[in-house]
Amino acid sequence: MIHLTVNGREMSLDVDPDTPLLWVLRDELRLTGTKFGCGVAQCGACTVMLDGMPRRSCVTPVGMIDNASVTTIEGMEGPEISAVQAAWAASDVPQCGWCQSGQVMSATALLRQIPKPTDEEIDHAMGGNLCRCATYVRIRQAIHDAARTLEG
Amino acid sequence: MRLSFLAAAVLAAAPALAQDLRGPDAFADIADDSARSAALFAEMGKVLTHPRCLNCHPVEGGPTQGDRMQAHNPPVIRGEADFGAVGMNCTTCHGSRNVSFTGSPGSIPGHEPWALAPISMGWVGRSLGEICAQMKDPERNGGKTLEQLHEHNAEDGLVGWGWDPGEGREPAPGSQKIFGELTRAWIDSGAACPS
Amino acid sequence: MTLLSRRRFLATTAGFTLALVLPTPFARAQGAPPDLPATPNAFIRVGADDTVTVIIKHLEMGQGPYTGLATLVAEEMDADWSQMRAEAAPADDTLYKNLAFGAQGTGGSTAIANSYIQMRKAGAAARAMLVEAAAEEWGVPASEITVRAGRLSHPGGREAGFGAFAAAAAERAVPQDPPLKDPSQFVLIGGQGKRLDSAAKSDGTAEFTLDIYREGMLTVVVAHPPAFGATVASYDDAGALKVKGVEMVRQIPEGIAVYARNTFAAIKGRDALEIRWDESRAERRSSSAMLEDMARALAEARVVEESGDRGALGGAAEVLEADYRFPYLAHAPMEPLDAVIEVKEGRAELWYGCQFPSIDRPTVAETLGLPMDAVRINVLLAGGSFGRRAQGNGHLAAEIAHIAQAAGRDGAFKLLWTREDDLKGGYYRPMTLHRLRAGLDSDGRIVGWENAVANQSIMAGTALEAFMQDGLDPSSYEGSNDLPYDVGARRISWARVESPVPVLWWRSVGHTHTAFAVEVFLDEVLERAGKDPVQGRLELMTPEAGRYRGVLEKVAEIAGWQGRTRAGRAYGVAVAKSFGTYVAQIVEVENGGALPKVTQVWCAVDCGVAVNPDVIRAQMEGGIGYALSAALYSAITLDGEGRVQQSNFDDYRLLRIHEMPQVHVAILPSTEPPTGVGEPGVPPLAPAVANAWRALTGQPVRQLPFAQLLS
Repeated sequence: MIHLTVNGREMSLDVDPDTPLLWVLRDELRLTGTKFGCGVAQCGACTVMLDGMPRRSCVTPVGMIDNASVTTIEGMEGPEISAVQAAWAASDVPQCGWCQSGQVMSATALLRQIPKPTDEEIDHAMGGNLCRCATYVRIRQAIHDAARTLEG
Repeated sequence: MRLSFLAAAVLAAAPALAQDLRGPDAFADIADDSARSAALFAEMGKVLTHPRCLNCHPVEGGPTQGDRMQAHNPPVIRGEADFGAVGMNCTTCHGSRNVSFTGSPGSIPGHEPWALAPISMGWVGRSLGEICAQMKDPERNGGKTLEQLHEHNAEDGLVGWGWDPGEGREPAPGSQKIFGELTRAWIDSGAACPS
Repeated sequence: MTLLSRRRFLATTAGFTLALVLPTPFARAQGAPPDLPATPNAFIRVGADDTVTVIIKHLEMGQGPYTGLATLVAEEMDADWSQMRAEAAPADDTLYKNLAFGAQGTGGSTAIANSYIQMRKAGAAARAMLVEAAAEEWGVPASEITVRAGRLSHPGGREAGFGAFAAAAAERAVPQDPPLKDPSQFVLIGGQGKRLDSAAKSDGTAEFTLDIYREGMLTVVVAHPPAFGATVASYDDAGALKVKGVEMVRQIPEGIAVYARNTFAAIKGRDALEIRWDESRAERRSSSAMLEDMARALAEARVVEESGDRGALGGAAEVLEADYRFPYLAHAPMEPLDAVIEVKEGRAELWYGCQFPSIDRPTVAETLGLPMDAVRINVLLAGGSFGRRAQGNGHLAAEIAHIAQAAGRDGAFKLLWTREDDLKGGYYRPMTLHRLRAGLDSDGRIVGWENAVANQSIMAGTALEAFMQDGLDPSSYEGSNDLPYDVGARRISWARVESPVPVLWWRSVGHTHTAFAVEVFLDEVLERAGKDPVQGRLELMTPEAGRYRGVLEKVAEIAGWQGRTRAGRAYGVAVAKSFGTYVAQIVEVENGGALPKVTQVWCAVDCGVAVNPDVIRAQMEGGIGYALSAALYSAITLDGEGRVQQSNFDDYRLLRIHEMPQVHVAILPSTEPPTGVGEPGVPPLAPAVANAWRALTGQPVRQLPFAQLLS
């Protein structure tokens, strides 16, 4: 049995401990906002918060994180995620949308630690999130916009 | 020509692949303590300059990866805590142990903790003499005595990861046990550095 | 155009629905069981809550048809943008055909172009019906009622939203040919309406294929052949069946399918298969050997366009010649191929990002031996496609149908291609070789131009072969003919080569390589003649090339081309028309250490009437990033045994955020009918970068990707 707290809910899961967190979230818990893109931590589409820090769920066997707290995009709360999602919609960042849950999670993690990031800090924090539609121009802009919102 | 090539290979910290690691006994017949010590360190150098070690001992920029030490992809910086960028730390991808990929050959390496060596311990491109001086210098080695250095080399888990690097990566030569013994013998013979 | 009211269907819904453009009256299949809903044969549904839902006949894969087609409807309805919604039309090629294809499908950047009149008529008809219903209720002449921003009003003081008259309007006859607005009256077309799908795509609620879970559903992964054209000789599934969660293993024409209760078990089960492959008919050449064979094939190239004096090159003072080589490219959409099927009591229902319903639906029906009416395809959002889901042979539909069939029982099955399956699975942009020759007279004027192209045909051997004329596949060489330049005597030819490696259209298709070959070679020729790249092109443009000229002059203006210099940087330009849309780009590059670093791109686009300017900008930005990714890094290569050497994003690199240039887009004002924007942002980028790189380093670029410069 694997014990996890997912989006604030404690649970015990009877799954193969080698199963990547990504597939537990999707196949067992039906939290489908977290996406599969590569399976090898190259694209960031599967990003979740693990004990509050961003984590690629595709390379995270659940047996490795017993008793951890996981937050998916469905369970995110707080001013940063709200500002990011509002900025994303206002700038029409998404095109196909597949990678955007991961982008939003990474951007939120960045803004929680650096409220007003520079372009360089955005490059470094978002460098692990691929977008095949290349919405990068708007991702950058939306992060700056969200930072301004948070400044109040 | 050939000699100078070999000399360059030994002296500068370029990746060294697939060598055997000899234990201290192999050096017992070097009578001069200092010469023996330096030779022992040169043997340790096979480990120190192996990609498993060098990849996370850069002197500038972020880590490299793979047996050919290519640029880390996704791009990773050192960061203020030797732990990557804010928002994309080492542990965004690297877990507490090696994890085999699902449906793909290879693995993503991991260990608890997982981080870059401090920049004062950067080795890439340095000669063994320079690396040796760095290792002995408490100002640069994290305040370690030689005894603590031995313990680090012989016991530390992240050092030990070099011999258990996961599918798709060549382990460092020898074993951590031999590496520890070499360190012991090197210290006991006066911790001399190769010139 | 025939317009029909569908009162019986409408009576059962909360709002009303309009059925438009029906060549024959729709009738629900006789004897169809009631658990499958009747196909909503309409484009517009008005809810009692005032919402207007537009049924979108094109696949939304990021390029924006949900927003674009809804804009067309909203404009003529005089709706407020905030009340608009969009949802996907199911597979039904009677109702939802692409008027440019005559069949239901998305591609060729046609969504807006073919819908422009159709969707506006739908909106205008809906507006007229609402007005008539209001006129009757209020007892006033319809002509006195005005509609603005989703509100009906009468000078006498009556006012209401659409919802109030939804039911009554549905009872009215549908106007046969409602008048359309003059473009000068447009409020929403050309306005600042936001995308309809941004919020759901920012909070994880947007539903994609992989998010579908049916009761009792098994997840399936398939072991595909390791070489193209190989088949299963024998296999041992004992190890796979021992994996906890694996339910069964079946051989299907595509390979060996592993069915499991969850994704991890399916993948683990596949890893445990032991398969012997018969490679006797497989492609065993390396990609470099194939390229050498292409060079030999050029001798047999067939002429596709010829004009002027064939001896022109022979009489030229100087003849320049260059070969350009292009690798296979994978589309690599972020969502790899996937599909869900549920077979129950002689009916099949599917859920996936289906791009060619008119091909896929009969493919499924035929495979399962079902009548067409027993197959329903629910079209879902696609996490990108770039051509990958536009399959002329319906191979994904066939694979999911084979999976259901091989199961030997009713049930639901989800097929997932992993990223490795995607990159190794073929359907690439064809590897291509161009050979160009140009003759200059003693004044530096171009007097002759030859361009021979060698590659595989995309259409041959698929349902689209019917579109080939006399054995020619224009998608192989489009863009090398029909040049905007007067280059003297012209001879364009194509050599078709064959291979078991399947090929497919890749965002902008033939233009991915023809624009590069033409615009890079021309740039070299202009340099040889001592001409400025922009001015030299303008001077060569024919009188018919006005729209090319327009975008080229515009991009030069916004980039400040004339006199622009900056230390350590160089500039390059290229222009191309694809799918009726004209795009010119100027790029700024610096030396990023062996590879160009593209810092800025200026882009001018003429796509006729700009329906959604911000979607157009987004598609130019995205097209530029997509093209730059391929230009810098992408290549699918085969080793000496015909094995694909790439497997995931570590060795098939994609552009990351720090590599994305700043993009400045100018949209040319136009009253021409709108054309597409999904693909046309791609073609000019790579040649502009190559031209800038040559200007910076003196190094001509004769093959892609740039990363080959490193090896």
